[in-house]
Amino acid sequence: MNLSTLLIWFLRLLSTGLALYELVVGPLVNSVLADVSLPLLSDQVAGTKWFALIFAVTTWASSEKRFWALFFWYWPLVALWACVIAPGNNWWFPSEPLSRAGHQIDGLFYMILIIVAVTFIGTEFALGYALWKSAVRGKDDKVWFSHGSHRLEIVWTIVPAFILVFISMAQLDVVADIRVLNRFPDEVQSGPVAEVMARQFEWRIRYPKPGTELMTTPQPGDLYYVNELHIAATVPTMVNLRTQDVQHSFFVPRMRVKQDAVPGLIIPIWFDAEKAGEYELLCTELCGWGHYKMKARIIAETPQQVSEYLTGLQADQEEDGVADEE
Amino acid sequence: MATITPAVDSADHAHDHGHDHGHHEQTFIQKYVFSTDHKVIGIQFLITTILMLMVGGALALAVRWQLAFPWESMPIVGKLFGVFAGEGGQISPEFYTMLFTMHASVMIFLVIIPVLAGAFGNFLIPLQIGADDMAFPILNMLSYWFMWPAIACFGYSFVAGGATAGPANGWTSYPVLSDIASASPASGNAQTWWLFGLTLVGVSSMMGSVNYMTTIINMRAPGMTLFRMPLTIWSMFITAILQAFALPVLTAAGFMLVFDRLGLLLPTSIQSVFFVPAGLIVNNSAPTVGGGQPLLWQHLFWFYSHPAVYIMLLPAMGMVSDMLACTCRKPVFGYKPMVYSMAAIAGLGFIVWGHHMFTSGMNPALGMTFMTSTMMIALPSAIKVFNWIGTIWNGDIQFTGVFLNCAAFVALFIVGGLSGIFMAAVPVDIYFHDTYFIVAHFHYVLFGATLFGVFAAIQFWFPKMFGREMNDGVQKIHFVLTFIGMNGTFFPMHLLGIAGMPRRYADPYLHGYLEHLLPMNKLMTMSAILMGFSQFLLLGNFFYSMFYGRKVGRNPWNANGLEWSAPSPPGHGNFDVPPVCYRGPYEYSSPEAEALGQDFILQTDPPRRAATTEPATA
Ligand code: HEM
Ligand SMILES: [Cu+2]
Ligand SMILES: [Cu+2]
Repeated sequence: MNLSTLLIWFLRLLSTGLALYELVVGPLVNSVLADVSLPLLSDQVAGTKWFALIFAVTTWASSEKRFWALFFWYWPLVALWACVIAPGNNWWFPSEPLSRAGHQIDGLFYMILIIVAVTFIGTEFALGYALWKSAVRGKDDKVWFSHGSHRLEIVWTIVPAFILVFISMAQLDVVADIRVLNRFPDEVQSGPVAEVMARQFEWRIRYPKPGTELMTTPQPGDLYYVNELHIAATVPTMVNLRTQDVQHSFFVPRMRVKQDAVPGLIIPIWFDAEKAGEYELLCTELCGWGHYKMKARIIAETPQQVSEYLTGLQADQEEDGVADEE
Repeated sequence: MATITPAVDSADHAHDHGHDHGHHEQTFIQKYVFSTDHKVIGIQFLITTILMLMVGGALALAVRWQLAFPWESMPIVGKLFGVFAGEGGQISPEFYTMLFTMHASVMIFLVIIPVLAGAFGNFLIPLQIGADDMAFPILNMLSYWFMWPAIACFGYSFVAGGATAGPANGWTSYPVLSDIASASPASGNAQTWWLFGLTLVGVSSMMGSVNYMTTIINMRAPGMTLFRMPLTIWSMFITAILQAFALPVLTAAGFMLVFDRLGLLLPTSIQSVFFVPAGLIVNNSAPTVGGGQPLLWQHLFWFYSHPAVYIMLLPAMGMVSDMLACTCRKPVFGYKPMVYSMAAIAGLGFIVWGHHMFTSGMNPALGMTFMTSTMMIALPSAIKVFNWIGTIWNGDIQFTGVFLNCAAFVALFIVGGLSGIFMAAVPVDIYFHDTYFIVAHFHYVLFGATLFGVFAAIQFWFPKMFGREMNDGVQKIHFVLTFIGMNGTFFPMHLLGIAGMPRRYADPYLHGYLEHLLPMNKLMTMSAILMGFSQFLLLGNFFYSMFYGRKVGRNPWNANGLEWSAPSPPGHGNFDVPPVCYRGPYEYSSPEAEALGQDFILQTDPPRRAATTEPATA
């Protein structure tokens, strides 16, 4: 008996054992013996037992060739299944998109996901089928002596080309909405409400003195806070993104916003919070050993609450006697 | 002594070459250490890169450990090395940063690039085109020996900043972080040594690619027309061109960064600040005069590194095409489209670098342009996938380890190519950039495709290297374990990316919305450990078979290429008679072959009269 036969026997016994345990022995023991509770993989990840069953059956394929052909069909199924159950297991977006751009981005994501999923299923199935055909071929069947087909090449060049061009065209408007200054929403054309200055390893927020405009250089009376940005919910907000030292990146996952902060540049970005509440803000450009802990939050609340917050901040700052603290 | 000038008439040359060498003895050092024989150099590259693969893998397992068991002390290593004692065997954040930086650097610069061009390029090019050696054998030897100073620089950079913190700026080394030493205080001048290492790897690659281009253009055997070259040769040729045009940019950028780093120690009058804007102060560093642009580095770096990701793939694509034809016993489907799509990938590869910079703050109009070119580069990749499936279609598959690894190459490349489409779309990439989605993508192309291709190639050309074969059963076990481990480790990374988990985080769970992903990370680490340890099967099989594998003859796979008409292993000068090439490399199961009662026909077999009724096309 050679090693590859041994391997297949091993996989047969392993997967059959697993399938029996998940489907029969485990549930049976758990239901008959009241004080025993065997841990079942299927309780952790739904559907495991059915995959164990399919794989177990696969491994009993009558020949090694058939087994390998089925193997190449089996794994895309597992991969697809992982994606199907992902949202239910909370392995998906941290939340519904909570901003205008977020809705657009997610829409495009799902559009690409559908195209990609169909392509994935088609190509992986075809690959597995090619293996299967060979695994079941008769001993005297002739192989297909072919150097290719002009017509097929043309088809599988033109069709994907159209799809790819279509995908890129579909993005253009959204890119413009998010990034091109004169397409920014009307509400933010009046200018930024705050400056977000990243530094190793925190986010420094600077608001203009209430009633004044934000200047690029700090002004007397500006208000400062670290790692917390207050904005008005539901309306678009613009901030100036800067860094005081190395590169950083401003990432608000629930709003699907991301922009690097580049030394020497002031980059205006806009976003909006669809709902009042807290949004996590973190850094997604390697900025040193403490990169992972640049944790901050954006608080979206009513405009009333924002101005109360700023008044409170102003009062605190003046009380300290360090109105012009750096 | 090997000739430095390419032979004008390579056939004659090979002839008297072989005779010369029968007569004088070579010392052990000439033969196995400072050898100018392309086969020895190729094998030297191969063994070096396999060992580096284990080093890079160990670094990766440490990274995975931290992600599954944050801040818990490492098993074995934590106790083994005194340096961790002070930290209770824990991984510190500085150390974690070093780990992922060096993991990527080792894997990219010391494993993937040299194993493809260095090991297989060297070994296969002269054999497959019917030459007696490379055009410039001494340059070739130097290209290998320049790897060692590079390895030394990388190695020294590990400890340059103290025992537990080395280069800490990622393999992309973005300034300003990488430019100003005080921005990563624990690393000292490690980054400078890292840059030296990078430059030396570049020197080595450049010597290789000059050699490959010259050899392929000038030294093909009579009858080996361009369109009779195996796709491996085409891929090596295109890769060499990519290297030659892209690498100087990286080298220049690397020197600029070195000047910046060293310059900041010098009086201000002779400082260079290519990548530091005016007036920037990091952790009390000296203020800079004049102003540079951090984004300039990103442009220069990716101008090289995007073509480089294809340097890390194209040769594997070529080799897999060869191996698929042989293991399926039929011609490569669409040989010319395969060549043209590789050329298209190479051409387009130069105009897509901006897709790494969609969130960098570059002009949004540029982003849209780069998006379109990036989408278009998926097209030749798709064409290749269709043609591989066409090659397998209705073949007589030999289900060996070679075939399984090749099939895995195709199956996994599909995933990597498709995830690329999400990231090519600017709005979607705004969300995915610098998350685990990216990490999933490039592991599917670099591990899933390239490494599986390399596993196949090792087994396929092993008999030619050593005259013995590897154990196929062990290769299959290695394949199954690696395949399961690979998917278990990297597929969930797509989901982590969708969940918004950033890459390069020593402790993602600090952020509430990522906490629940810990169990999944544990599963991934288990898979990674399985995958890592399975590599010992490869290692064991490789070294065992080198000495004790079953002996095989010239053509154990019944393949067509010129290399299979040479002895196994070929002697100095390669062929016993100067080969002449009569047909394309993929005439498996052709009527001409069948007339001989076999399903292959060597490129060197002169056409027989019986077959002239139906001439094989190249
Ligand atoms: C189908 C074609 C491909 C497309 C459309 C594509 C697209 C992309 C895009 C847009 C990015 C940048 C994502 C980001 O950082 O936000 C990226 C990253 C990357 N790609 Fe691809 N890619 C393709 C194929 C490949 C191949 C064949 C390889 C390697 C063999 C590769 C290796 C990489 C690597 C290493 C990175 C990450 C670099 C880093 O940030 O560390 N890609 N790809
Ligand atoms: Cu950071
Ligand atoms: Cu790229």
